[in-house]
Amino acid sequence: MLERNLARRAPTVSPLVSESSVTVTPLDPQGRLAFRIKPAALAGRGTIDGFDLSGAINSRTSSEEGATMRTALRLGPDEWMLITAADEVDERCEAISAALTGVAHSLVDVSHRDVSFSVEGPGADSVVNSGCPIDLSMRAFPAGSATRTILGKAEIVLQRRAADSFTVTTWRSFAPYVQGFLVEATRG
Amino acid sequence: MLLIDCPYCGKRPEVEFHCGGEAHIARPEMPTAVEDADWGSFLYYRTNPKGLHAERWLHGHGCGRWFNALRDTVSDAFVATYEMGKPRPDRDEATASSPSNA
Repeated sequence: MLERNLARRAPTVSPLVSESSVTVTPLDPQGRLAFRIKPAALAGRGTIDGFDLSGAINSRTSSEEGATMRTALRLGPDEWMLITAADEVDERCEAISAALTGVAHSLVDVSHRDVSFSVEGPGADSVVNSGCPIDLSMRAFPAGSATRTILGKAEIVLQRRAADSFTVTTWRSFAPYVQGFLVEATRG
Repeated sequence: MLLIDCPYCGKRPEVEFHCGGEAHIARPEMPTAVEDADWGSFLYYRTNPKGLHAERWLHGHGCGRWFNALRDTVSDAFVATYEMGKPRPDRDEATASSPSNA
Protein backbone atom coordinates (compact mmCIF):
# COMPACT_ATOMS: atom_id res chain seq x y z
CA MET A 1 0.00 0.00 0.00
CA LEU A 2 2.69 2.41 1.08
CA GLU A 3 4.97 1.48 -1.80
CA ARG A 4 2.18 2.00 -4.31
CA ASN A 5 1.37 5.38 -2.84
CA LEU A 6 5.00 6.42 -2.77
CA ALA A 7 5.26 5.59 -6.45
CA ARG A 8 2.13 7.55 -7.16
CA ARG A 9 3.33 10.65 -5.39
CA ALA A 10 6.71 10.73 -7.09
CA PRO A 11 5.66 12.88 -10.09
CA THR A 12 4.02 15.54 -7.93
CA VAL A 13 7.28 17.24 -7.04
CA SER A 14 9.31 18.60 -9.89
CA PRO A 15 13.08 19.06 -10.00
CA LEU A 16 12.54 22.80 -9.52
CA VAL A 17 15.52 24.32 -7.77
CA SER A 18 16.03 27.77 -6.39
CA GLU A 19 19.06 29.70 -7.53
CA SER A 20 19.22 32.02 -4.55
CA SER A 21 20.96 31.52 -1.21
CA VAL A 22 17.86 29.81 0.17
CA THR A 23 17.37 26.27 -1.10
CA VAL A 24 14.03 24.47 -1.34
CA THR A 25 14.62 20.73 -1.54
CA PRO A 26 12.07 17.89 -1.60
CA LEU A 27 12.99 15.45 1.15
CA ASP A 28 13.18 11.69 0.77
CA PRO A 29 10.09 9.73 1.83
CA GLN A 30 9.61 9.56 5.59
CA GLY A 31 7.39 7.46 7.79
CA ARG A 32 4.68 9.59 9.42
CA LEU A 33 2.16 8.56 12.03
CA ALA A 34 -0.80 10.63 13.17
CA PHE A 35 -1.03 9.85 16.87
CA ARG A 36 -3.78 11.05 19.18
CA ILE A 37 -4.20 10.29 22.84
CA LYS A 38 -5.70 12.17 25.78
CA PRO A 39 -3.06 13.37 28.25
CA ALA A 40 -4.98 11.49 30.98
CA ALA A 41 -4.66 8.25 28.99
CA LEU A 42 -0.92 8.81 28.66
CA ALA A 43 -0.84 8.51 32.45
CA GLY A 44 2.52 10.14 32.86
CA ARG A 45 4.30 8.20 30.11
CA GLY A 46 6.85 10.66 28.71
CA THR A 47 8.23 8.34 26.07
CA ILE A 48 6.58 5.65 23.95
CA ASP A 49 8.76 3.40 21.79
CA GLY A 50 11.54 6.00 21.81
CA PHE A 51 9.29 8.90 20.79
CA ASP A 52 9.54 11.70 23.34
CA LEU A 53 5.97 12.95 23.93
CA SER A 54 6.84 15.27 26.80
CA GLY A 55 7.38 18.39 24.68
CA ALA A 56 5.14 21.44 25.01
CA ILE A 57 2.36 22.10 22.49
CA ASN A 58 3.86 23.25 19.15
CA SER A 59 7.31 21.86 19.90
CA ARG A 60 9.50 19.26 18.25
CA THR A 61 11.49 16.58 20.02
CA SER A 62 13.93 14.47 18.05
CA SER A 63 16.40 11.69 18.70
CA GLU A 64 19.40 11.02 16.46
CA GLU A 65 19.12 11.34 12.69
CA GLY A 66 19.40 8.43 10.27
CA ALA A 67 17.78 5.02 10.30
CA THR A 68 16.80 5.16 13.96
CA MET A 69 15.51 8.75 13.80
CA ARG A 70 12.41 9.33 15.93
CA THR A 71 10.87 12.78 15.84
CA ALA A 72 7.68 13.77 17.60
CA LEU A 73 5.86 16.98 16.66
CA ARG A 74 3.27 18.00 19.19
CA LEU A 75 0.58 19.72 17.12
CA GLY A 76 -2.09 20.07 19.80
CA PRO A 77 -2.97 19.14 23.37
CA ASP A 78 -3.70 15.54 22.38
CA GLU A 79 -2.16 15.25 18.91
CA TRP A 80 1.32 14.32 17.73
CA MET A 81 2.89 13.64 14.36
CA LEU A 82 5.51 10.94 14.77
CA ILE A 83 8.22 10.82 12.11
CA THR A 84 10.49 7.88 11.47
CA ALA A 85 12.40 6.24 8.63
CA ALA A 86 10.12 5.24 5.72
CA ASP A 87 10.82 1.52 6.04
CA GLU A 88 10.33 1.46 9.82
CA VAL A 89 6.68 2.52 9.92
CA ASP A 90 5.14 -0.91 10.37
CA GLU A 91 7.54 -1.83 13.19
CA ARG A 92 6.88 1.49 14.96
CA CYS A 93 3.10 1.05 14.62
CA GLU A 94 3.27 -2.41 16.16
CA ALA A 95 5.56 -1.31 18.96
CA ILE A 96 3.42 1.71 19.89
CA SER A 97 0.20 -0.30 19.76
CA ALA A 98 1.80 -2.97 21.93
CA ALA A 99 2.93 -0.35 24.45
CA LEU A 100 -0.62 1.05 24.62
CA THR A 101 -2.62 -2.17 24.82
CA GLY A 102 -5.95 -1.42 26.48
CA VAL A 103 -5.43 2.36 26.36
CA ALA A 104 -7.74 4.45 24.17
CA HIS A 105 -5.68 6.07 21.41
CA SER A 106 -5.59 6.56 17.65
CA LEU A 107 -2.57 5.72 15.50
CA VAL A 108 -2.76 6.11 11.71
CA ASP A 109 -0.03 5.67 9.12
CA VAL A 110 -0.16 8.84 7.02
CA SER A 111 3.27 8.48 5.39
CA HIS A 112 1.77 8.53 1.90
CA ARG A 113 -0.39 11.58 2.63
CA ASP A 114 2.41 14.11 3.03
CA VAL A 115 5.41 15.47 1.19
CA SER A 116 8.16 17.39 2.98
CA PHE A 117 10.44 20.14 1.76
CA SER A 118 13.50 21.52 3.43
CA VAL A 119 13.92 25.31 3.27
CA GLU A 120 17.47 26.24 4.21
CA GLY A 121 19.85 29.15 3.99
CA PRO A 122 20.20 32.71 5.23
CA GLY A 123 16.78 34.36 5.01
CA ALA A 124 14.84 31.09 5.04
CA ASP A 125 12.47 32.64 7.56
CA SER A 126 11.44 35.40 5.14
CA VAL A 127 10.88 32.82 2.41
CA VAL A 128 8.49 30.88 4.65
CA ASN A 129 6.95 34.11 5.93
CA SER A 130 6.11 35.16 2.37
CA GLY A 131 3.07 32.90 2.62
CA CYS A 132 2.87 31.98 6.28
CA PRO A 133 1.38 34.60 8.62
CA ILE A 134 2.79 33.41 11.96
CA ASP A 135 5.60 35.23 13.78
CA LEU A 136 8.83 33.44 12.83
CA SER A 137 11.19 35.53 14.95
CA MET A 138 13.50 33.41 17.09
CA ARG A 139 11.73 34.75 20.17
CA ALA A 140 8.26 33.61 19.10
CA PHE A 141 9.18 30.51 17.08
CA PRO A 142 12.61 29.26 18.23
CA ALA A 143 14.51 26.27 16.86
CA GLY A 144 12.71 23.16 18.07
CA SER A 145 9.26 24.57 17.30
CA ALA A 146 6.70 22.82 15.12
CA THR A 147 3.13 23.74 14.34
CA ARG A 148 0.34 23.31 11.86
CA THR A 149 -0.30 26.56 10.00
CA ILE A 150 -0.92 27.99 6.53
CA LEU A 151 1.31 28.71 3.54
CA GLY A 152 -0.52 30.69 0.90
CA LYS A 153 -3.69 28.68 0.30
CA ALA A 154 -2.38 25.36 1.62
CA GLU A 155 -2.23 23.94 5.11
CA ILE A 156 1.30 22.97 6.19
CA VAL A 157 3.12 21.58 9.19
CA LEU A 158 6.11 23.80 9.81
CA GLN A 159 9.17 22.68 11.78
CA ARG A 160 12.10 24.90 12.66
CA ARG A 161 15.27 22.78 12.99
CA ALA A 162 17.65 25.75 13.32
CA ALA A 163 17.53 29.52 12.85
CA ASP A 164 17.77 29.25 9.05
CA SER A 165 16.52 25.73 8.55
CA PHE A 166 12.85 24.78 8.19
CA THR A 167 10.92 21.71 7.16
CA VAL A 168 7.59 22.31 5.41
CA THR A 169 5.25 19.31 5.25
CA THR A 170 2.08 19.41 3.20
CA TRP A 171 -0.48 17.09 1.67
CA ARG A 172 0.67 15.34 -1.48
CA SER A 173 -1.88 17.06 -3.70
CA PHE A 174 -0.78 20.47 -2.39
CA ALA A 175 2.91 19.70 -2.94
CA PRO A 176 3.35 21.23 -6.43
CA TYR A 177 1.64 24.41 -5.24
CA VAL A 178 3.73 24.65 -2.06
CA GLN A 179 6.94 23.87 -3.90
CA GLY A 180 6.22 26.47 -6.56
CA PHE A 181 5.26 29.01 -3.92
CA LEU A 182 8.49 28.53 -1.96
CA VAL A 183 10.76 28.51 -5.01
CA GLU A 184 9.06 31.66 -6.27
CA ALA A 185 9.59 33.26 -2.87
CA THR A 186 13.33 32.57 -2.97
CA ARG A 187 13.54 34.69 -6.11
CA GLY A 188 11.97 37.65 -4.30
CA MET B 1 -3.49 41.18 10.98
CA LEU B 2 -5.83 40.46 13.86
CA LEU B 3 -4.22 38.11 16.39
CA ILE B 4 -6.39 35.70 18.35
CA ASP B 5 -5.09 34.27 21.61
CA CYS B 6 -5.68 30.51 21.33
CA PRO B 7 -5.79 28.99 24.84
CA TYR B 8 -3.44 26.23 23.62
CA CYS B 9 -1.12 27.94 21.09
CA GLY B 10 -0.97 31.58 22.14
CA LYS B 11 -1.39 34.53 19.78
CA ARG B 12 -1.94 33.37 16.22
CA PRO B 13 -3.17 35.08 13.04
CA GLU B 14 -6.88 35.31 12.35
CA VAL B 15 -6.74 33.31 9.08
CA GLU B 16 -6.01 30.11 11.01
CA PHE B 17 -9.34 30.37 12.84
CA HIS B 18 -13.01 29.81 12.08
CA CYS B 19 -15.96 31.19 14.03
CA GLY B 20 -18.61 28.72 15.15
CA GLY B 21 -21.39 31.03 16.33
CA GLU B 22 -22.67 31.85 19.77
CA ALA B 23 -21.30 29.88 22.73
CA HIS B 24 -22.98 28.48 25.84
CA ILE B 25 -26.12 27.25 24.08
CA ALA B 26 -26.97 23.91 25.69
CA ARG B 27 -29.01 21.38 23.72
CA PRO B 28 -32.07 20.36 25.76
CA GLU B 29 -31.58 17.01 27.48
CA MET B 30 -34.92 15.70 26.14
CA PRO B 31 -35.79 17.33 22.80
CA THR B 32 -39.13 15.45 22.71
CA ALA B 33 -40.19 17.12 25.94
CA VAL B 34 -39.52 20.65 24.63
CA GLU B 35 -42.32 22.88 23.34
CA ASP B 36 -42.13 23.83 19.66
CA ALA B 37 -41.52 27.48 20.48
CA ASP B 38 -38.66 26.63 22.84
CA TRP B 39 -37.13 24.23 20.32
CA GLY B 40 -37.34 26.89 17.62
CA SER B 41 -35.69 29.30 19.98
CA PHE B 42 -32.88 26.81 20.70
CA LEU B 43 -32.33 26.15 17.01
CA TYR B 44 -32.61 29.60 15.47
CA TYR B 45 -32.71 32.46 17.94
CA ARG B 46 -29.42 34.08 18.93
CA THR B 47 -28.72 37.11 21.08
CA ASN B 48 -26.80 39.22 18.51
CA PRO B 49 -25.67 41.81 21.07
CA LYS B 50 -23.97 45.12 20.45
CA GLY B 51 -20.95 44.76 22.73
CA LEU B 52 -19.57 41.67 24.44
CA HIS B 53 -20.47 38.39 22.76
CA ALA B 54 -19.37 34.88 23.76
CA GLU B 55 -18.55 32.83 20.66
CA ARG B 56 -17.14 29.44 19.76
CA TRP B 57 -13.96 29.51 17.68
CA LEU B 58 -12.00 26.71 16.01
CA HIS B 59 -8.23 26.85 15.59
CA GLY B 60 -8.55 24.64 12.51
CA HIS B 61 -5.22 25.43 10.87
CA GLY B 62 -3.39 25.05 14.19
CA CYS B 63 -4.05 22.80 17.14
CA GLY B 64 -7.46 21.85 15.76
CA ARG B 65 -9.25 22.60 19.03
CA TRP B 66 -12.48 24.47 19.71
CA PHE B 67 -12.46 27.16 22.39
CA ASN B 68 -14.68 30.03 23.50
CA ALA B 69 -13.92 33.70 23.04
CA LEU B 70 -15.42 36.88 24.43
CA ARG B 71 -15.44 39.40 21.59
CA ASP B 72 -16.66 42.97 21.41
CA THR B 73 -18.90 43.14 18.34
CA VAL B 74 -18.37 46.90 18.04
CA SER B 75 -14.56 47.10 18.11
CA ASP B 76 -13.89 43.46 17.07
CA ALA B 77 -11.52 43.24 20.06
CA PHE B 78 -11.05 39.82 21.62
CA VAL B 79 -11.45 40.49 25.33
CA ALA B 80 -10.81 36.95 26.56
CA THR B 81 -10.42 33.39 25.28
CA TYR B 82 -11.05 30.33 27.41
CA GLU B 83 -11.31 26.59 27.07
CA MET B 84 -14.53 24.78 26.22
CA GLY B 85 -16.52 23.85 29.30
CA LYS B 86 -15.36 26.79 31.37
CA PRO B 87 -17.89 29.45 32.43
CA ARG B 88 -18.06 32.80 30.67
CA PRO B 89 -15.53 35.18 32.28
CA ASP B 90 -17.03 38.06 34.19
CA ARG B 91 -16.01 41.15 32.22
CA ASP B 92 -17.89 44.42 32.04
CA GLU B 93 -18.39 46.70 29.06
CA ALA B 94 -15.79 49.16 30.33
CA THR B 95 -13.02 46.56 30.09
CA ALA B 96 -14.28 45.49 26.72
CA SER B 97 -14.07 48.91 25.14
CA SER B 98 -10.33 49.15 25.76
CA PRO B 99 -8.28 47.81 22.84
CA SER B 100 -7.04 44.60 24.45
CA ASN B 101 -6.08 42.72 21.33
CA ALA B 102 -2.39 43.42 21.75
